[in-house]
Amino acid sequence: MKEKLHQLKLKYQGKKMAPAFNALHTFLYTPNETTHSGSHVRAADDLKRTMNTVIMALVPCLLFGMFNAGYQHYSAINGFPESFDLFEHFLTWDNFLVGITTILPLVIVSYGVGLAIEFLFAVIKGHEVEEGYLVTGMLVPLIVPVDTPLWMLTIAVAFGVVIGKEVFGGTGMNILNPALTIRAFLFFAYPTWMSGDKVWVHEAVERAGTADAISGETILGSLAQGSDYSYSLADMFYGFIPGSVGETSTLLIILGGLFLVFSKIASWRIMVSSVVGALVMGLIFNGIVDAGWLPEYSKFYALMSFPYWQHLLVGGLAFGIVFMATDPVTGAQTNKGKWYYGFFIGFLSVMIRVFNPGYPEGVFLAILLMNVFAPTIDHYVVRGNIRKRLKRFKTATIYPKTSDEVDSLKTETA
Amino acid sequence: MSKDIRIRKGLNINLVGAAEQTISKAVTSNVYALNLDDFHGITPKMLIKQGEDIKAGEPLFYNKNNEDMHFVSPVSGELVKIVRGARRRILTLKILADKEQNYVINKVPDLDTADGEAIKSYLLQCGGWPFIKQRPYDVIADPSATPKAIFVSAYATAPLAADPDFVLKDKEQEIQAAIMGLSKLTPGKIHVSVGKSSRSPFNDIKGIELHKISGPHPAGLVGTQINKIDPVNKGEVVWTLSPQDLVMLGELLLTGKFNAERIVALAGSVIKEPKYYKTKIGAEISTFLYASGVKEDRFRLINGDVLTGTKTSTEGHLGFYNNTVTAIPEGDDYEFFGWNKPVFNKISSTRALTFSWLQPNKKYDLDTNTNGEHRAFVVTGRYEEVFPLDIYPLQLLKACMVKDLDEMEQLGLYEVAPEDFSLTEFICISKQPHQQIIREGLDLLQKELG
Repeated sequence: MKEKLHQLKLKYQGKKMAPAFNALHTFLYTPNETTHSGSHVRAADDLKRTMNTVIMALVPCLLFGMFNAGYQHYSAINGFPESFDLFEHFLTWDNFLVGITTILPLVIVSYGVGLAIEFLFAVIKGHEVEEGYLVTGMLVPLIVPVDTPLWMLTIAVAFGVVIGKEVFGGTGMNILNPALTIRAFLFFAYPTWMSGDKVWVHEAVERAGTADAISGETILGSLAQGSDYSYSLADMFYGFIPGSVGETSTLLIILGGLFLVFSKIASWRIMVSSVVGALVMGLIFNGIVDAGWLPEYSKFYALMSFPYWQHLLVGGLAFGIVFMATDPVTGAQTNKGKWYYGFFIGFLSVMIRVFNPGYPEGVFLAILLMNVFAPTIDHYVVRGNIRKRLKRFKTATIYPKTSDEVDSLKTETA
Repeated sequence: MSKDIRIRKGLNINLVGAAEQTISKAVTSNVYALNLDDFHGITPKMLIKQGEDIKAGEPLFYNKNNEDMHFVSPVSGELVKIVRGARRRILTLKILADKEQNYVINKVPDLDTADGEAIKSYLLQCGGWPFIKQRPYDVIADPSATPKAIFVSAYATAPLAADPDFVLKDKEQEIQAAIMGLSKLTPGKIHVSVGKSSRSPFNDIKGIELHKISGPHPAGLVGTQINKIDPVNKGEVVWTLSPQDLVMLGELLLTGKFNAERIVALAGSVIKEPKYYKTKIGAEISTFLYASGVKEDRFRLINGDVLTGTKTSTEGHLGFYNNTVTAIPEGDDYEFFGWNKPVFNKISSTRALTFSWLQPNKKYDLDTNTNGEHRAFVVTGRYEEVFPLDIYPLQLLKACMVKDLDEMEQLGLYEVAPEDFSLTEFICISKQPHQQIIREGLDLLQKELG
């Protein structure tokens, strides 16, 4: 097998389809490439390993999302169980069956379309297929509503990969997070499919207007309309609430985040500062309500009085902070810059959440906005280093070159 | 009085096959060779023709840009071959050594009374000058410039590198002479860094500023020390020398003889008996390689250490500046699912199913496989953890790649040499050629700004 593939690789070397073949080949085998210049030995990790680690951190969220799809579906039909039991009501085959039939197609379409475009561009431009889409392809199904039509996802993925990434030169060159570009495209192109009380529960759209109509509103949606929600804090933390596929379980997101920080793949600086930013904004809003500056009939009242720390439990904030804000390509690249970048993501997320009654979620907009500002933040951080160097330059001890002296003597005598 | 410097950022790469501290005398080499690539940026003008005889210490060629700068022959014999490459560029000079070695004995300057100019022209004439390198640009020092300081690192942290304390034993006299000579060339200080608990001969040398340094690699790189002690500003020049070359300069100043003898560490997992050999610059590596024996037929032979050395072969010769020769296995083989299975036998700076963090002192047998393909820069924040200089490594690399001269200058390219980026290159997840990028950046900057 190893030998045969090696012969095939040599046969295809330099041909047009070589990148496509190599992409598959390197999946099976780490290539036989050796060092040519510089360091003769190299560390064990490559980009594939890095991306794979992120995917491993996402798998629990995906599995949970599958069970939750079924749980929300049946609960919308039969009502929520009175005494919840994890194995009796949640981790059941029925729930999983709903999840796998609705979410697996999303995953397949996301990877299929995205990778097809990646391969196409690699072949056309003659470079190797880069691994960036491995994570993007996993993120996309986790941040869309469960019943997102597949044709819609296809168009969005194609847009996100081509406009969000390939036009900039592919993985490592893009300015906006591709997964969020896809999400933003869906949101602005098909807003009715991305918000409201019909999209978060499987089959709710199809059943609308019939006798069997079901619905499920996210907690943020309820708050935006000033209505009550019936979920406990534990539900929010464990994730037994409606929402995009993978964003609901704060517990699993925290575990994934800890794994990424421990394995040194994702930046803890961004995660910590984002949480701080969100808490600060939440506290400010709580303070405004406590001070009595906001009348109770205000449409912002419910969201503003929502306890500041619970913002982290609902909606996509936790998911965004752990898996999207930490994208190294589109985030701030300097360690100092990461603090600012993360802080503003948390801060703006909660702000947009509260002030955007049409769609009470701000994480993806906040991250995309900060993606745009990340190079500016880095620019000023790097300027600081440059200024330090310029300051040092003032005390530089520069001795004239001996040849300069000779030349100046020559000109004097001449 | 010494000053302590502690480096926190970095990574020690522990490899199997460290040289045992015994010195054997290598078999005398028949042919000696100078590889012109060792003298980066020098255009040679030959002083003798192919087939002519030469004495040890007699000039072979001079620097086209500075006629006074002579490069001398390490041995006496016949210049048997001038190997040329594309556009007749000289690649290698091969000298067939005489059985009886004849040395040129130069008239030595009096170290107590001679002035800087006298020392300088003596070193230039007698072939000692090329041992002095300068920053910016990491090239042989420009004799017309006056350095603000001279730096010597007598602390080796690179993997399997020769131990300076061991090879410098009993060389105090030569070192002292070299320091006395060099101190006339700079109005500034001569900074020497030694290991914190080392018994370095430098502890007793006068006329130097001694620094005790500790921490992981790259604490032993002179670039790290310059950055911590007295960083290079735009327009400033510092000189750097390796401690073993100081010994040669010292002997040249004391006796007038260019003695190319050098103690070399032969190390690496492929070597059966890794140890030290006494040999000469330009000697055939095979003269001592097979004395220690090799475990396999196919391996990578490196002039220098595994991070900064240059690739050579069993027909190769010891480089002009090298005091380490390393042999490690070639890694041109595929590894099934190498990108996702747990890794126990390789070093990694992450913990992404790589387990080198569990045993920081374990010794590894690394091969030359890149462990992945070349990619665009993606991951951030990793280089900074192994890069102790007050410089933004990723930003500087990118500035060099896009040839932005202003940015290169402002981000501190003057302060670095390619070797300072050897560790970031080692851990680079995108497998980018950092040292090559920096070298090209330095060349461009030198060409544009001189």
